[in-house]
Formats: sequence, structure tokens, C-alpha cells
Amino acid sequence: MKYSMTFIAVMFFSLHSALAAPPKDTCITCHSALEGDLAKPAKLFEGDVHHQAGLSCADCHGGDPNDESMEAMSRVKGFRAAPKKNQTPDFCARCHSDAAYMHRFNPQMRVDQLSQYLTSIHGKRLKQGDSKVAACVDCHGVHNILPASDTRSTVYPANVAATCSHCHSDPAYMKAYKIPTDQAARYQKSVHAETLAQGDTSSPTCSTCHGNHGATPPGVSSVASVCGTCHVFFAQLFEKSPHQAAFAKLGLPGCVQCHSNHEIVRPTDAWVGSAPQSVCITCHAPGDKGYTAAQAMSADLAKLNSSLARAENVLDVAERAGMEVSGAKLELADANEALVKARVNIHTFDDSAVRKLTDSGVEIAAKSYQAGVAALRERDYRRKGLGIALIAIVLAISGLYLKIRQME
Amino acid sequence: MANSNCKTPNWWEQRFGPGMGEFLRHKTVPVTRHIIWYYLGGMTLFLFIIQVLTGILLLLYYRPTPNDAFESVQYIMTQVRFGWLIRSVHSWSANLMIFTAFAHMFSVYFLKAYRKPRELTWLSGMLLLFIVLGFGFSGYLLPWNTLSFFATKVGTEMAGSIPGIGKWLLVFLRGGQEVTGATLTRFFGFHVAVLPGLATLLLLIHLLLVQRLGMSVPPSVERAIAEGRTPQRSMPFFPNFLLRDAIGWYAALGVLGGLAAIFPWELGTKADPFAAAPAGIRPEWYFLFAFQSLKYLPAKILLLEGEFAGVLGFGLAALVWTLVPFLDRRAGSGAVSRFFTGLGVFVIGYIIVLSVLALR
Repeated sequence: MKYSMTFIAVMFFSLHSALAAPPKDTCITCHSALEGDLAKPAKLFEGDVHHQAGLSCADCHGGDPNDESMEAMSRVKGFRAAPKKNQTPDFCARCHSDAAYMHRFNPQMRVDQLSQYLTSIHGKRLKQGDSKVAACVDCHGVHNILPASDTRSTVYPANVAATCSHCHSDPAYMKAYKIPTDQAARYQKSVHAETLAQGDTSSPTCSTCHGNHGATPPGVSSVASVCGTCHVFFAQLFEKSPHQAAFAKLGLPGCVQCHSNHEIVRPTDAWVGSAPQSVCITCHAPGDKGYTAAQAMSADLAKLNSSLARAENVLDVAERAGMEVSGAKLELADANEALVKARVNIHTFDDSAVRKLTDSGVEIAAKSYQAGVAALRERDYRRKGLGIALIAIVLAISGLYLKIRQME
Repeated sequence: MANSNCKTPNWWEQRFGPGMGEFLRHKTVPVTRHIIWYYLGGMTLFLFIIQVLTGILLLLYYRPTPNDAFESVQYIMTQVRFGWLIRSVHSWSANLMIFTAFAHMFSVYFLKAYRKPRELTWLSGMLLLFIVLGFGFSGYLLPWNTLSFFATKVGTEMAGSIPGIGKWLLVFLRGGQEVTGATLTRFFGFHVAVLPGLATLLLLIHLLLVQRLGMSVPPSVERAIAEGRTPQRSMPFFPNFLLRDAIGWYAALGVLGGLAAIFPWELGTKADPFAAAPAGIRPEWYFLFAFQSLKYLPAKILLLEGEFAGVLGFGLAALVWTLVPFLDRRAGSGAVSRFFTGLGVFVIGYIIVLSVLALR
């Protein structure tokens, strides 16, 4: 009886172990035991998105992961070795272009990466036999590929610029292509890099303007469209402005002409007008219509700015004195909004459109200023009232004191 | 023949008899080196009257709903003539009243005025102090601004941490699971009806007991008189002491006016129940020591939740403090009671140190 129980227990645990054991993968087992480059894929693959999705080495490389002999890596078993650079896009696309297969893992996943890549400058050159250009693994890595949403991924928005600059900032590597290599350095000074670094992952990085798989530099005629995907109102106003036709005629790129491309810094009101920092005077000269309009817009912006500063100052003083001016401050927000709108309307290059907005802002700011002045008048009135009341109180206290002295 | 010295009764005496006049003529106040502390009760009463009067005026415009509360206070501050003065005086006077009530309580404690036969005067005074704190807590929420909203949330959460009745108490205070319009209506009801009713009743009892038992002479002075080291001195309550009281009240009025004109009570921003709590949220100054103490407590103390242990500790301490006249038997017999004096010094030190730490 005792032996029967032991036998049943042994059988139970053996069966349990057999059922609980993970599926056999001789690729990982053998490569993990190797050294150097042959061990690397097995070690890296642990954190790879494909491994996380349940795929094995054999899903990309073929072979038989159950076979413990070298036969596992034979052509008979369907083994495919590491692809050459020019084979990589097709190698990855076997799955990534197969909608039925990919949607098993993520129904939202795109499957047009290869077709896009073939339209890119990278894809075209690779087809022509240039193996220096970027293919899938150059940007995404190999065996340690992470989803783009992972902050450690090379294609996570905050890391894209570093990934692109790996090649594009290397003068020796890029020498043959005769294109600048300072894009990343200039981008790092831009307002886009600044907001991205602050955690706003919707801020543009290289791939936002150039595309990712279909990466190509936007041409002169398409710059406004590229910027306009985010800066919609600016693009619409520019399209209707006299600059649209003039720039096209002169072959000037739209937005980039004033804002630059990679080093897009925060614009200031000094950019408009005829002062040395102005971008208008790079094309317009004294006496022409554009020069006069630029001067008028600059003056209107300055007028609204000074009205706002004056109102804000008096309201701050009143607020520090404990006066309730939240209503006036709320109204002043409308004047600030008028300033923002006026700045946007600079892109109409129509001084009367800008003036209409600045005038409404100046009017609101004047009302807020008056509210602040009234609050300060009220403060003074209260303090005078307090002074009179205190005199009356001191007199009353003195009277009481004298009365007590008289009684005692 | 009628007695020619017999005084004709005045209008009051004709109707109510000589009681009040006689009482005022004969009521005296002991004159000792501690007399300054005797004015604190009257000062607290004066500030309470200010609260009642300004509170009634605020009621003319205040609307206790989440949509209107903030705007109605804003309206009082900006549009109603002298509304700013009334609201600021109400807020400043509330704080000064809590300060003078605490000062009055501690002066009574250190002068051992709670000893036999004034135990009930002390008890009614302590209950009044708790009601005054209730006024502060309920009134703080009424402007419905960000700070008051989140401070009330934290304050009621503390009550909710009590095992057993905590959940019930939290729902009772809030009028639901969260701080909402129901809480505002409820706090308004407490602030303008329940607490004033209780306060008036207790105040009458407290004043009646003070008149009935007279003002206490500290034991040290009593001993000095008994040993002939100092003469027994007193002054008439009316008009001598009352005129001195009036000087203090006028001064308080001046301070209140000054504070209201130079530092009008802030309104802040309207409460947004869906917004995150602002950083550095803390209760009014008189609850700071308790708030800071709870912050230092670990998550668990023996088998109890840390917060509950803290609330329980403060509850027990308040109970012991309230029952001091029955615990301090030495003071009752006129002897020196150093332990209770030391305890008082420790409590004051604890409140000051913890409050300062909370403000840092």
C-alpha cells in the first residue's frame, strides 16, 4: 500500500512537470551556452517585443527549435540565416505586410511600412545598391526591438532625433551624400525639442515632418503643408496672404523663410517691423508696401503689449493690497487672447486685420486698467476711513480712561 | 409717617423689582496682580457679538449652493456697500475670537479658577470652546474656495478614520460620500442654526454661573491674603470694571478695522471638485498642531490605524482636559498642584512647536 501511494505521487508530479514545462526552444538553449556574437541574440531576445508576443527565433529564422542537433539549422528544416542589408525590408515585411497575421497581435497595426519605405530616399537608394542607408534594423535595432511606445525604444518620440542623428550627424558617414550634418544640433535648440524634452510627446521630432518609413525631405512647395498639419490656422492664413504667390514666384519655401527649418525658435514680436531683429527687412526695403505694413503691425502689437503691461501692473498692485480684482483680471485674459489672435493674424500680412484685433485688446486692457485704478482708489478710501475710525476710537478710549481716573 | 430716606423706585425697579440694580451695585471683581487675564472672557464675548452681527449681515447676500456660494461672497466683497468690511471683520474676528477663547481657557487653567466650586463654569466654558472650533470648521467651507474645499475634505476624512462610527460620521458630516453641495448646505445649517443655538444656551449657563459664583481669586493670592502678606482688594464691576472692559473692546474694534482695511480676508479661487488638491494644503492655524501630529504618526500603532490612534489620542486628551477640575484634587483643596501646572506648560509648548513646524 505504502509503495502504491509513492508510485502514484511520483507519477502525479512527473505528469504535472511535463504539463507545466515551457515549449522546447533549442535555439535559445544552445545560443545561450555559446560566447560572443553567437550568444548575443539569445540574451537580447528576452526583452524583445516579438518574444513578448510569444514568437520564437524560428518564427523569423525558420529551422526546427525542437531538434537539438545542428540539423535544426539546415535548409531542409527551412532555416533562414541573418538577412543581408538589402534583404532586411523584405525579411521583416513577410509578417509586417501581412494584415491577417499582424492583426492577430494588434488590430490597429499598420502594414504599409514596406511600401512606404520603398518610396523613401532610404528605400530608393537601398534598391540602387547603397547599403549605407537606413533599413529596418538601423532604426529599430535587432533582437532587442521595443514597441515605439516604450520610452527605451530607439523610435520613442524623445529618442528619434538621437536615432536619426546616429548617421545624419556623422560628417564622415554622410560625406558622400553632400547634405548638412548639423540638423540634430540645430533641432536641439528649437522650441519643438524644448517641448518634447518637457514631456510633450506630441511635439514634432524628425519623423513628424520627414515621415518615418517614407522618410523624405519636404520640397520647397510642400513646406507650408508640412507645418500646416499642426499649425493649421497659420497655414490657412498664409495661403490667403499675398506672400503665398510671391514666395512661389521667387521659389522661396513658405514657413521656413522666416522661421528656419530645424532650428525653429520661439518667435517674438521683434520679428515683425523694421528693427534689426525683424525678419521682414530681409526682403522688404523702406518705402515698399510690405515694409510700411510691417512697421504698422509692429506698432500695433507694441501698443497692445504696453496696454496689457500697464493694466497687469495696476491690477497686481491692487491685488497685493488685498483688493478683490479677480473679475478685472478675468476680463484682461480676453485682451491677452486678442494679442494671441493678432500674432496669429500676422500671417495674413494685412496690417488692418491685425489692427482690428489689437484695438479690441487695447480697449479691454483700458477697461481693466480703469478697474485697477478704481480698486486702488477704493484702497485709499478704506485707509482714510480707517484713519478716521481709529482717531474716533482713540478719543473714546481716552475719554473712558479719564472717566476711570476721575472716578477712582 | 413715611420714611423720608426711602428712595422712589425707578422705571425698571417699578416693573422688575430692585434685583438687577442691587446686583450691579454690589457685584465686585477681585483686584489682584493677575487682573489682566480677567478681561479675556469679556473680550471673547465681545468678539462673539461682532460675529453674530456681521454674520446676520452676511446672511442677507450669502447663498449656500456650490454654484452661488463663491460668487455671492465675491459679490459681497466687490459690489455690496461696505460688504468687504463686514466679510473681512467677520473672518478676522472669528480668528481673534478663537485666539482669545484659547487664551481665556489657559488663563483660567493656570490661575486654577476651575477648582471647587467652579467646576461647571469650566465645563460649560470647555463646551463653548469646542463649539467655537465647530464654528471655525463649518464656516471655513462656506466661501466654497479651493483651500476651504480641500481642507474640509481632509478634515472630514480624519473623522471617517474612526473605526465603527467613522463611516457614519463621515456621511453625516458630508451629507454623502464626497464633499459636495450637500456638505455645503449641511455646514451652513450647522454654522447659522445648530451651533448658534447651542452656543447661546451654553453662554447663558456660563454667564449665569460666573455671576452666581463670582470671579475666582488665584490660590496663591488667597494664601497671601490669609497670611496677611497682601490686603484683599476689589473693585465694583459697574462701572469701574465694565469701563475697563470697554477700553479693550474699543481697542479690539480698532484692530479689526485695521486688519480689514489693510489685509482684507482673501477669497481665493472657486473650488473645483474635479481638480487635484493644491500642494501644501493645510487647515486653519488652530487645527495645525493636530494636523501636524497626525502627519508624524506611522501607518500602524500596535493594532490601530495610525490616523485613528491620533484622533483617539486627541479625543482622550480633550476629555482629560475637560475633566481637570475633577482630577486636580490638590487645587480643589487650595494646595499647590505643580503637576497640572507642568501639564499646562507642556500642552502650550506642544501646540506652539507643532504649529510652527506645520507652517515651515
